[in-house]
Amino acid sequence: MKTTERNIGDKIFDILVYIFVTIAVLVCIYPFIYIVSVSISSGTAVNRGEVWLYPVDMNFEAMKTVLRHKQLWISFANTFYYTIVGTFLNIVFTCLAAYPLSRRSFFLRRRLNFLLAFTMYFSGGLIPIYIVVTGLGLYNSRLAMVLPVLISAYNVMICRSAFESVSEELYENAALEGANDFIILYKIAIPVIKPTLAVLTLYYAVSHYNDFFNAMLYISDRNKEPLQSFLRRILLQASMEIMQTTSLDMAAMNQSTLQVRYVCIVVAVVPVLMFVPFVHKYLVQGTMLGAVKG
Amino acid sequence: MVNITTKDFKRNDLMEKVIDKNTIKEEKRRLWRKIINRDKYLLLMIIPVVIYYIIFCYFPMTGIVMAFNKYRTGSGLIGLYTSEFVGFKWFKQFFSSVYAWRLVRNTFLLNFYSLIFGFPIPILFAVAITQIYNERIQKVVQVSTYLPYFISTVVVCGMITNFLSPSGGIVNMFLNKLGIDSINFLSLPQWFRPIYVISGSWQTFGFNSIIYVAAIMGISPELYEAMRIDGANKRQIITNLVLPSIRPTVILILIMTLGRLMNVGFEKVYLLYNPATYETADVIQTYVYRQGILSNNYSYSAAVGLFNSLINFTIVFIANRLSRKLTDTAVW
Repeated sequence: MKTTERNIGDKIFDILVYIFVTIAVLVCIYPFIYIVSVSISSGTAVNRGEVWLYPVDMNFEAMKTVLRHKQLWISFANTFYYTIVGTFLNIVFTCLAAYPLSRRSFFLRRRLNFLLAFTMYFSGGLIPIYIVVTGLGLYNSRLAMVLPVLISAYNVMICRSAFESVSEELYENAALEGANDFIILYKIAIPVIKPTLAVLTLYYAVSHYNDFFNAMLYISDRNKEPLQSFLRRILLQASMEIMQTTSLDMAAMNQSTLQVRYVCIVVAVVPVLMFVPFVHKYLVQGTMLGAVKG
Repeated sequence: MVNITTKDFKRNDLMEKVIDKNTIKEEKRRLWRKIINRDKYLLLMIIPVVIYYIIFCYFPMTGIVMAFNKYRTGSGLIGLYTSEFVGFKWFKQFFSSVYAWRLVRNTFLLNFYSLIFGFPIPILFAVAITQIYNERIQKVVQVSTYLPYFISTVVVCGMITNFLSPSGGIVNMFLNKLGIDSINFLSLPQWFRPIYVISGSWQTFGFNSIIYVAAIMGISPELYEAMRIDGANKRQIITNLVLPSIRPTVILILIMTLGRLMNVGFEKVYLLYNPATYETADVIQTYVYRQGILSNNYSYSAAVGLFNSLINFTIVFIANRLSRKLTDTAVW
């Protein structure tokens, strides 16, 4: 008697759980489905407000219009450049910082760790940093997209505790065989903490790809602007840029600004979203890393 | 027979000291050389990092002096130190302006509402996900809910703006279908906070739940089994086993969130607000940006920024103390 009562209670509970989870998933996915549907519907259907869930009168005119726009590709190329170069330098410098700070014998270890942690508590603030970066002549320089965000103290700490968990014996054996610290770092320490570095690479890469703030501060040259600056003009500033360049094209006249914007979102978001499901495993590890003590 | 006292030892030491003053100096130098020689590669590694931190973190920190002087536009880096000293002028100016209270209030409230609304959802969601026993469904649910986390602020704000647009935005199209007139959400101050908080929660709840899911997965299956045998139903298992087990994680995350209480996401506010909504939307950082970078009032905005940094510093400090006391874990 009691067990059946419990079973009924559990059934209801399960149903509530599934309803809750389904709503959560729909809330997260629906905006993307809607945007994709709008971008591959016909302009007239979009203007009449007929698109709610699936594409209506499927056609790729808006897609073609956007993909034909040169500035999109310029900014895309810039973003890939910043992401690849930036992430590579991030990882190199993070390792160079974290490895010495993880070695218990290093005589400056405690002092430098303190100085590193201090930068997380306190910073000069936006204006002094802006004046220093521009004062160094980095305004409109590609380096301005890389240098101000070269090292994240938080990521160094994550990397440091990963190095600390490498057994001291491995280091000692290598040192006995005459390996110096550069060789130990490259041949022993880095291979051991590969999973952690994978997570950090992901974090750094995503933040470069999505970076808009540094570009807003330091880059005004359109040949150097990243994708996010371009997107901002199209999505948020009522820029007619794309429409104007194709105004000779009669097909473009049928498209609403809104549709062009949604196409831009699709184009910008696809590279990131395609990537994410494959790094699920690392992500789960990554959030656990954040919880390690500093 | 042999009776050595501590006194003898001391006397011996003293004598040695007098005699070997020079040798000790020599010894010290030798020791240093040995240490440096041993750690030379570590030093070589860390030197570029130290130089980087000096230029991009500590040097700007000294640049804070500009908050107390009158920095002239175009006077470069030297101008940070050579400009005319004006004391607390900028601070007085800021605190006697109408902005001070409004900015502090808006910064605090945006974060406070985000916390109240955004903090419990990932926990509830994590509990719900872990009730799904099919691993594939679980993975699909997790991946699809944290997708929004990886979208840039520009795109998220673009989505918000265009969804809420009075001309063709899906939200207003829907309202029109229900017979309600279009609302120009982004130009009405009373809508800014809900929009900011709800979209923020939408973007982060899936990602933030990952850590709780991991914590719940860490609970030993034997404990579940024991409760099942005792006749507990699912609801009881959650309230008596799952929630108490993840309490330390919840407290840790809560404290970390509290530490960022006055550190609002500048970009999102900046991309969503406009002069019509400044009343509820303008926060300290956006004000600093407008005053400093856009209007070239560098010293004044540096002073306001310093005020913000000091508040943040205090809050993080308190949060860390609290964390050490409650969970034995210092976050930093």
